[in-house]
Amino acid sequence: MKAPADRRLQLEQTWSDKPGLWGFLTTVDHKRIAARYIVTAMLLMFLAGMLALDMRWQLSVPENTRMTPQLFNESFSLHGSTMLFLVSVPLMEALGLWLVPLMLGQRNMAFPRLSAFSFWLYLGGVMTLWVAHALDITPDLGWFEYPPLSGPSYSPGHRADIWAQMITFTEVAALAASVNIAVTILKMRPPGMTLARMPVFLWAQLISSLMTILSMPAIMLVTSMLIADRMVSTHFFAPAGGGDVLLFQHLFWFFGHPEVYIIFIPATGFVSQIVETFSRRPLFGHSVVVLAIMAIGALAFGLWVHHMFAVGLPRLGNNFYTAASMAIALPAGLQIFCWIATMWSGRPWLATPMLWVIGFIATFVIGGLSGIMTASAALDLQLTDTYFIVAHFHYVLIGGAIFPLFGAFCYWYPKATGRLMSERWGRWAFVLIVGGFNLGFFPMHFLGLMGMPRRVYTYPPGMGWDLLNQVATAGSAISVLGGLVFVGNALWSFWRGEHAGSDPWRGSTLEWAGLSPTPPYNLAYTPAVTSLTPMWNGGDPLRAYDGIALERREVLITSVADAAPLYRQRSASASVWPFLSAIAVTAMFLGSIFTPWAVAIGSVPIAAALIGWFWPQRERTMTGLLRKRR
Amino acid sequence: MIGIQPADPRPVEIVGDLSGLPASANGARNVVWWGNIGFMLIEGTGFALAIAAYLYLATQAPHWPPPGDAVPGLLWSSIFTVGLLLSAIPNLWVRRRALAKDSRGVRAGVLAMSIIGALLLIPRAIEFSHLGVKWYTDGYGSVLWLLLVLHTSHVITDLGDTVVQAVWLFTHEIGEDQFADVEDNANYWTFVVVTWLPVFAVIHGVPRLT
Repeated sequence: MKAPADRRLQLEQTWSDKPGLWGFLTTVDHKRIAARYIVTAMLLMFLAGMLALDMRWQLSVPENTRMTPQLFNESFSLHGSTMLFLVSVPLMEALGLWLVPLMLGQRNMAFPRLSAFSFWLYLGGVMTLWVAHALDITPDLGWFEYPPLSGPSYSPGHRADIWAQMITFTEVAALAASVNIAVTILKMRPPGMTLARMPVFLWAQLISSLMTILSMPAIMLVTSMLIADRMVSTHFFAPAGGGDVLLFQHLFWFFGHPEVYIIFIPATGFVSQIVETFSRRPLFGHSVVVLAIMAIGALAFGLWVHHMFAVGLPRLGNNFYTAASMAIALPAGLQIFCWIATMWSGRPWLATPMLWVIGFIATFVIGGLSGIMTASAALDLQLTDTYFIVAHFHYVLIGGAIFPLFGAFCYWYPKATGRLMSERWGRWAFVLIVGGFNLGFFPMHFLGLMGMPRRVYTYPPGMGWDLLNQVATAGSAISVLGGLVFVGNALWSFWRGEHAGSDPWRGSTLEWAGLSPTPPYNLAYTPAVTSLTPMWNGGDPLRAYDGIALERREVLITSVADAAPLYRQRSASASVWPFLSAIAVTAMFLGSIFTPWAVAIGSVPIAAALIGWFWPQRERTMTGLLRKRR
Repeated sequence: MIGIQPADPRPVEIVGDLSGLPASANGARNVVWWGNIGFMLIEGTGFALAIAAYLYLATQAPHWPPPGDAVPGLLWSSIFTVGLLLSAIPNLWVRRRALAKDSRGVRAGVLAMSIIGALLLIPRAIEFSHLGVKWYTDGYGSVLWLLLVLHTSHVITDLGDTVVQAVWLFTHEIGEDQFADVEDNANYWTFVVVTWLPVFAVIHGVPRLT
């Protein structure tokens, strides 16, 4: 959107952060916060990827001595916990924090300080797990630490507590981000963007935020119960004391299964936007894709028991969950047909974002098919805890979420930086990562069928597993190399890439309306929306509203269903309180690993910080007992 | 033509002016009201799952409560419940005063709710001492204490919020946004009242009916 220079200058003054460290600590700019989330999570993806490569090295030959059993346990626990809790979910939310206001043509999120709080708390979770790792207090019981193994009798020390408290950090961060994203989408859409005219990306972010809100309390509850069992001698999961170990599994997977879709659904949002822009036509079957996302969101809450087929539940229950697990293939399939139909009937342009979409569809379909196989309780009983499962969930998580994420990274990179990534190196990264991934993980299906169990640090010679393990290790190394090319391309392009202009791909949605990189105020005017693809209006000027304040931070609030303008809301300014609140919460969480009194004592600084945060700055009263006295 | 085309931002056609819109709103029109609903959904899910955990353990145990454990005392729990239900009346009154933007009304009302909340902690504390079982006795005791602690933490959190709000209201000129804050805080108290009822029914009903 072109705006006169004085208007841009005024907005820039209003929305800019203070320079230097103070600005860094106090910013509530959704773009800066999201960028921090993304950079932190990408760094962790690299570290956890290195752990994976190390484990593949260990497994490349029988009876290898690179790792001890303990180091192997720690490696896969740290790898899984990091990738699930500190990489996948935060990255999907970060894309939401960054892109939701841009796609709505708004100047910030609904609750700017909550975004900042969310990041600082996430960083607390990151530090908890990885500083503990540096101090050799690494969790070693897998990413889902079942009792009784994780209970007080079998896991003395603090490894299990570190894991449980890391969860608390990241879940509070995720819940804060989710409420923020959901409310922003519901109440801050530009005039004319009715629910029916909402891009799929926003639908995906809305549904996955609601799923987070309804599922993450389960994991917070269950890890708190575990900590209580370990510290204050409750008996939630102790059968001898009238507790029940399966209660942990039920609560864990009531969260854990929706979690998979909390990671996957935002990815369907990326894919829908990329397919639309690079097929040069509006998405085929927009309503079908949205309804499919809703159906996946609802069904995801009815599947958790398929992670527990092997624990001996009643057969009728198993049958129900088998049927429910297979049913989710229907909406997932509908989405894929819609994307293919869009490409088929459009003029597809195979730039790198689109390559990643094609890589996603091929890989995700394979993961979906092995998912249908493992959905069957009878077959799952054979396959559970083997490398078949390792292959399956890496196909759905990496193929289904990380490939679209790489596509999204390439697609929105020019928006964030004003520069283009190299297409040539982008294609090399694509070939190496997708090729290496398939070479690395496809053989694991056969290893699983041949009986190789997961989570073993080595295997004897003569099992017939050697060659396939070597192929898998080679594939992993190739995809790590591809990852380095991808990151190298991103870093090189940041300083040396071609200038992108404001809208290099001719995108369909509103984030492409403004300057790239985006200035602190995002758009200079409030857009008026009349279609699903507001940027594709035949090249006419973009219709927009004036009237939202320039000299103070203000945003437009609209109605939930039809986005009718309601009122102008003051938007929170930069503040150090979210940072201080997060430090207070961090101190309390860490203290509560060692003593229950930390909860009581630690709540005092938390309360103080929250009061500072929410204390409204207004005139003192001139009336009443506590009036301002002259 | 397909291909990368660097370009300037698109020109704009102004079709309307939003500066005439009001600068605040109350109820479901307000964006903070929705944030409050979001956090109630999170907490409400937590309560529902904790109750589910209680019922799950009850179905797995041969006796509930296990032999030797007393059922929780009904007297002080009922006094707390009646007090909590009655507190809904002044709470709804405060909410109406907030909607009417009545400064004197909300100051008096929020102060009254601070006192009522603090008084309610007395029967709640006695209720804890009459549960008939400790959290470390067995799984039944653990999950009973879980429900009580979960709800009490909500009472204390909202009480703290109410007290801070009262201090602010008595010392400052109240603006439109703060009336909306009072309304949100009152709504949250309603949530604290409503979530207690299923917890009360479960912790007293299930041991007595099984």
